Amino acid sequence: MLATTPPEAPRRSLTPGQIFWRQFHRNSLAVAGLWLLGLLYGMTLLAPFLAPYSENSIDRTRFYHPPTPLRWVDADGRFHAIPFIHPTREIATSRYEEDRTRTLPIRFFVQGEPYKLWGMLPMDRHLYGVESGERIFLMGADHQGRCVWTRLLFGAQISLSVGLIGIAISFTLGMLLGGISGYFGGWIDTIVMRFVELLLSIPGLYLIVALRGVFPNDLPSEQIYLAIIAILAFIGWAGLARVIRGMVLSIRKADYIAAAEALGMSRMRIIIRHILPNTLSYVIVAATIAVPGYILGEVFLSFLGVGVQEPSASWGNMLNQARSLAALRYYPWMLFVPGVAIFLTVMAYNFFGDGLRDALDPRKTPGGKG
Amino acid sequence: MRTYILRRLLQTIPLLLGISALTFVLLQAAPGDFLNMMAENPAISAETLEQMRKNFGLDRPWYVQYFVYLKNIFLHFDFGQSFSRHQPVFEVLKQGLANTLLLASAAMVITWGLAIPLGVLAAVKQYSLQDKALSLIAFVWLSIPEVLSGLLLLFLAAQTGWFPLGGMTSLDHDLMPPIQRFWDLLRHLALPALVVGLVPLAGRMRQMRGNLLDVLRLDYVTTARAKGLDEHVVIYKHALRNALNPLITLFGFTLGSLVSGSFVAEFIFSWPGLGSITLEALNTQDQYLVMGAVLMASTVLVLGNLIADLLLAVVDPRISYD
Repeated sequence: MLATTPPEAPRRSLTPGQIFWRQFHRNSLAVAGLWLLGLLYGMTLLAPFLAPYSENSIDRTRFYHPPTPLRWVDADGRFHAIPFIHPTREIATSRYEEDRTRTLPIRFFVQGEPYKLWGMLPMDRHLYGVESGERIFLMGADHQGRCVWTRLLFGAQISLSVGLIGIAISFTLGMLLGGISGYFGGWIDTIVMRFVELLLSIPGLYLIVALRGVFPNDLPSEQIYLAIIAILAFIGWAGLARVIRGMVLSIRKADYIAAAEALGMSRMRIIIRHILPNTLSYVIVAATIAVPGYILGEVFLSFLGVGVQEPSASWGNMLNQARSLAALRYYPWMLFVPGVAIFLTVMAYNFFGDGLRDALDPRKTPGGKG
Repeated sequence: MRTYILRRLLQTIPLLLGISALTFVLLQAAPGDFLNMMAENPAISAETLEQMRKNFGLDRPWYVQYFVYLKNIFLHFDFGQSFSRHQPVFEVLKQGLANTLLLASAAMVITWGLAIPLGVLAAVKQYSLQDKALSLIAFVWLSIPEVLSGLLLLFLAAQTGWFPLGGMTSLDHDLMPPIQRFWDLLRHLALPALVVGLVPLAGRMRQMRGNLLDVLRLDYVTTARAKGLDEHVVIYKHALRNALNPLITLFGFTLGSLVSGSFVAEFIFSWPGLGSITLEALNTQDQYLVMGAVLMASTVLVLGNLIADLLLAVVDPRISYD
């Protein structure tokens, strides 16, 4: 056996970054998760353009309109390369019938309601639409005749960004406090860790609700948005701080820290520049895995009716509206559209986080099969 | 062991004090109070309001209020009055906690009742079609948050009409004979318990599978097989018992999440538990009720963790706390 092993061919050594990418690409689910996340966040950036209407474009003649079916073959049997829809009219309360004699071709880059892309570029083109006066609801309309797909896109802007911003704040806080606690020790350590213990002893959802009580019930939606981020960040740092403290306790005994101290470097600088970077690979994985929790935190608050309020859209308050008996029985798209979106997001983060963890695990070498 | 229990119990006291202080400060920071809402009601005179403000001690500074609150708890076990329900907080919460625990225990029966047999199946038939199907389902299920699974079941209930859409009992519950009353409760309990119970199922199932696979690799299992024991006896009498051991600890830790785990399900199915009460108290700014609920939920969590540690010591002879 030993004799048959060929001598190792001279290989270019890989940088850690290259090793990471090779490992990561080996996990196809993780790559798929990353693509899906890219797609989702890309969609939120272009939301007003991708949506045929504006966030609160209400159509009083089309409450609970079902998803408009796309057609390719018209009443005369002719085939259309670009799909069209039939206009609908209400035959009974919230029941609609297609008018098969007329066809409405779907137009691309149509002129519609004006909006400002990224808050500054004034535009009025939308990716798709039908001639004005008629409406297209690819995913149905809600109880106010608003396009569910449009609301999903605008809701994603809130629901998806809450996770990223919340994580950024709470993980910065967690790393700093964990680092300070572990490095300084003594009474600082005691105070921080007792407070962490306190926060971790209150069941999460109850703590969220109690914290929500700090803010008035009827805040404007931008402030509610900030309040939700503040609440989630306040809760999220505790668990991380505890882990980071443990890691810092072992790192601070390393020789290079003693060297840095001997050189007279300031203590905060040692913590930030020399100790915390060593925890980064753990923190990145933990953050990726924690993002869905933050997204669900917003969904939870808005679903309970104390988060993002109408008329602003968020995935949570869309679910709340889908909770009525009427919606559950007759208008299920109100539940399934935001539901599938949440499901896909959480799954994408789970796959991506798993792949990231495996790829960043130093025990796995690019040659061996972990 | 006894000193350890005593020490842990004593440690929970400052912890709960801290929790109560934190919640109290948070609620004080909240703008307005219950009386502000009543002030908007023209039927209530200014004098009545002033009287109530005095009765509830709301005219005194917050630290005085906090110490009065603590004093009442320690001396009279009085958690204050619920402003909106005109009932002692403890009475309201006692009922809510009982309902929540009922829901949570039913959920636990579902979780463990499914997780153990499915985990054993997956381990015994490792890499079989069943095993792969189970792990796939588990993986997908991990991505379905409770809000969605709850709404999904509510959707099924609305479509089929097989289950009630919420609440804990039917309107005519009190008129039913006892057996029917029990059946009525069970039907209301089924869906919320399923929602709560299915959340940790995937994880527990995978753990059961992993544990059993670990044990099946041990020498004594090989010995048992070598001496010609029936495979059934090897698995169910020799291996399974040891594989269950780590799960007992896990069971202890789930005790802590008993109360918080059902919050979402309670809301979706209008189950009158601790979560629903807390939410309602938040909306009516019923200060003492919110505090009492948070305290109660935290107490259950802290005690659950304590029980978990003790269970570990009871089950595993290698651990002693003395």
